[in-house]
Amino acid sequence: MSQYEIKEHDVLVIGAGGAGLRAAIEASSLGVNVGLVCKSLLGKAHTVMAEGGVAAALANVDAQDGWQTHFRDTMNGGKMLNNWRMAQLHAQEAPERVKELERWGAVFDRTKDGKILQRAFGGHTWKRLCHVGDRTGLEMIRTLQDRGVHQGIEVYMECTITKLFKDGDRICGAFGYYREDGRYILFKAKAIVLATGGVGKSFTVTSNSWEYTGDGHALAYDTGADLIDMEFVQFHPTGMVWPPGVRGILVTEGVRGEGGILRNSLGERFMFKYLPEATKNDYAANEEEAIKWTNAAVAGEKTDARRPPELSTRDNVARAIYTEVKEGRGSPHGGVFLDISYQDSERVKKKLPSMYHQFKDLADVDITAGPMEVGPTMHYIMGGVRVEADTCMTRVPGLFAAGECSGGMHGANRLGGNSLSDLIVFGQRAGAGAASYVKNLTGHPEIDKGQIEEAIEEMEAPFKRSEGVNPYDVAKELNKVMSTYVGIFREEGDLKTGVAKLEELKEMAKKAKATGSKSYNPGWHLCRDLHNMMICSEAIARSALSRKESRGAHSRLDYPNTEAEWSTCNTAVERSEGGMKLEHTPLPEMPSELKELFKKKEPSHA
Amino acid sequence: MPEASTRTATLKVYRGDREKGEFKTYKVPVEAGMVVLDAIHYIQQNFDPELAVRWNCKAAKCGSCSGEVNGMPSLMCKTRMDKFRPDEEIMVQPIKTFPIIKDLVTDVSWNYEVNKRITPFTPAEDANWTFYQEDIDRVQEFRKCIECFLCQNVCHVLRDHDRKDTFMGPRFMVRTAGLEMHPLDEADRLKFLKEEGHIGYCNITKCCTEVCPEDIHITDNAIIPLKERVVDEFYDPIGKFIRGVLGVDKKKAKK
Repeated sequence: MSQYEIKEHDVLVIGAGGAGLRAAIEASSLGVNVGLVCKSLLGKAHTVMAEGGVAAALANVDAQDGWQTHFRDTMNGGKMLNNWRMAQLHAQEAPERVKELERWGAVFDRTKDGKILQRAFGGHTWKRLCHVGDRTGLEMIRTLQDRGVHQGIEVYMECTITKLFKDGDRICGAFGYYREDGRYILFKAKAIVLATGGVGKSFTVTSNSWEYTGDGHALAYDTGADLIDMEFVQFHPTGMVWPPGVRGILVTEGVRGEGGILRNSLGERFMFKYLPEATKNDYAANEEEAIKWTNAAVAGEKTDARRPPELSTRDNVARAIYTEVKEGRGSPHGGVFLDISYQDSERVKKKLPSMYHQFKDLADVDITAGPMEVGPTMHYIMGGVRVEADTCMTRVPGLFAAGECSGGMHGANRLGGNSLSDLIVFGQRAGAGAASYVKNLTGHPEIDKGQIEEAIEEMEAPFKRSEGVNPYDVAKELNKVMSTYVGIFREEGDLKTGVAKLEELKEMAKKAKATGSKSYNPGWHLCRDLHNMMICSEAIARSALSRKESRGAHSRLDYPNTEAEWSTCNTAVERSEGGMKLEHTPLPEMPSELKELFKKKEPSHA
Repeated sequence: MPEASTRTATLKVYRGDREKGEFKTYKVPVEAGMVVLDAIHYIQQNFDPELAVRWNCKAAKCGSCSGEVNGMPSLMCKTRMDKFRPDEEIMVQPIKTFPIIKDLVTDVSWNYEVNKRITPFTPAEDANWTFYQEDIDRVQEFRKCIECFLCQNVCHVLRDHDRKDTFMGPRFMVRTAGLEMHPLDEADRLKFLKEEGHIGYCNITKCCTEVCPEDIHITDNAIIPLKERVVDEFYDPIGKFIRGVLGVDKKKAKK
């Protein structure tokens, strides 16, 4: 039998991006012993790539803003499918969490009167995104990382968790391996917080890194939690499309927030055509009004002009770009043009420094001199582990989830900037929830030896296959299936084909073979990651097939309308004897005082 | 820019661990705009799934994929294949200053240990959180650091003299500068810089500045001002006496 080392913590946090770090800091400050596991080195998690900003109704730039408006924008952006309580907590607590980051050393860009500067973003009524140029995520993760290391949290870097253990119903530990040498590690833990991020590696064109294989989603699913809203996958409207090597890399929404204009090959500012009737009045009616808004925003002045159509929600802009390209009005490399070059070049470099360098270094394009080519890229999953809003606990006692791997907060579509705020609001709540759970726990859950043996066997198996397939081939095939059959626009035939192909791929994934030693062996790691990618992909495809309407990021060609009857349920999947079980469960109903907020609809000016 | 290419590049990639290793040769088809990290991934996917490399964002934001390409310390995700001549062999090896774990991956854990020793951000209880862009421009430059550790890799004190036992290296001078120059920070890290970080070891050759992918002016903007502060504090007894007599708040005076 293989050896493993044993570590013991009250709370084990899996994932060290914004949510995981914030959860670890919170739990540790409440006096419980915390371990923090990260798949990469500390400070490299996906949060580091977030660019545009963190949404919080501080009202530093637009004094009219407040949590109610942020709440309403979030629910409208999510097409009312959000868990209302999460959206409420998020809107109420984001300002305090952002100020807390500042007190911990984050250095946000400033307004002229010395407060945190806020910029416009898609779907937000007011200028709401606190930012540091276009590297807000780096600022956030570094601040949290430095806070965390001085708080006595034990960090396990380059360590991947493959299994969670329960004693009866309750969580009791986790098993994993170190990348460095493949040695195994067993964590005894009274509570576990999942903060593992998303699932992007299931798609060909994505802004996500190698880590994004849906680990938290799959660990929770395998442990008896349920996943909701998995059909809602966000394609960010603006990823790079050229050259091939950089395809999918994110182009921040901040470009549009700062006044970036989208045009097709005919030079047409096409977003005016794609504004949904329901929100049309929130946006400029013509180019003249849009220009007036941008000029005022650049000058830091008030205006009665409404915001440009490029600041529509992400689902809508992504569909618009996809449609323009499909109908033959795309750019030379299959995208559309995004232009900020009409502005003063020094300002562009100051406000969007990493975009400037990204295009100059990787694509030979000077964004201060000409337009960028952009197109949709898989960016985020709204769906995730179902949690209780106030504590972030899943239905498995002792198992918590926060950030992208949790579900409910963003409904059918996430607004830009609401992810970084989600991380700190619910990271804090999950940390507090887990600490409180541990303090009230009676008895001492124990890990069953047999389960540990199984976990080891599962990791050893890829080395024992003499016949087998290259795990990279399986991953490539999976990318193809998801991108072809479960992409931006969906329809029944495609989805059914996708589900069938996933069944075949599941069998293929079981044959994935590892060669060589256990020392830093990416092929071996991928063999295990495929298990998680398959679960998430199947959940996405089956959920998409089941929702017979279009809503937010879920666009059905065969059911193009948003239907009232679908507005009251979440799609939920769970593990069962016969495979993945899917049902539609009732959406928690919003209390009447919050419903009131949606009745009086004043026109918004920003 | 060429739209398509059937060119093949020859890469020689270090394969091995800290005891022994060799350069293995691979032929990789080159696409327009391809970077060295793409070529490494191609090898991983098609020839050798065991090839170890660290990467995350592939957009020069996370600082994971540091390596030495034809001897030049750089981020592999930012190193374009078309900067090499078509017949040029491309040597890819791990950064030299840190122990090799496997192939292109090194053990950089020492850096995380150094970081723990730096006194964290310490604002006053009653700090006024109103401050202006001009107060933080220089701090924001330091906070752009993506911790790729290329500056640590090329620093002579660490690379050639292996003084990890005493010298903290440019990365952590930058971090300390970011804290010391924060308008609301109240802590004093000068004694630490002198006696534990050994800032005096740096002889300002600016190699760190040259390799920084974030264009941080490490030497001019971080290290030299810190050196000046250390000199003022420890080697200027008259100035120190005058400040003492006048009761000038040292921290406020230097901001």
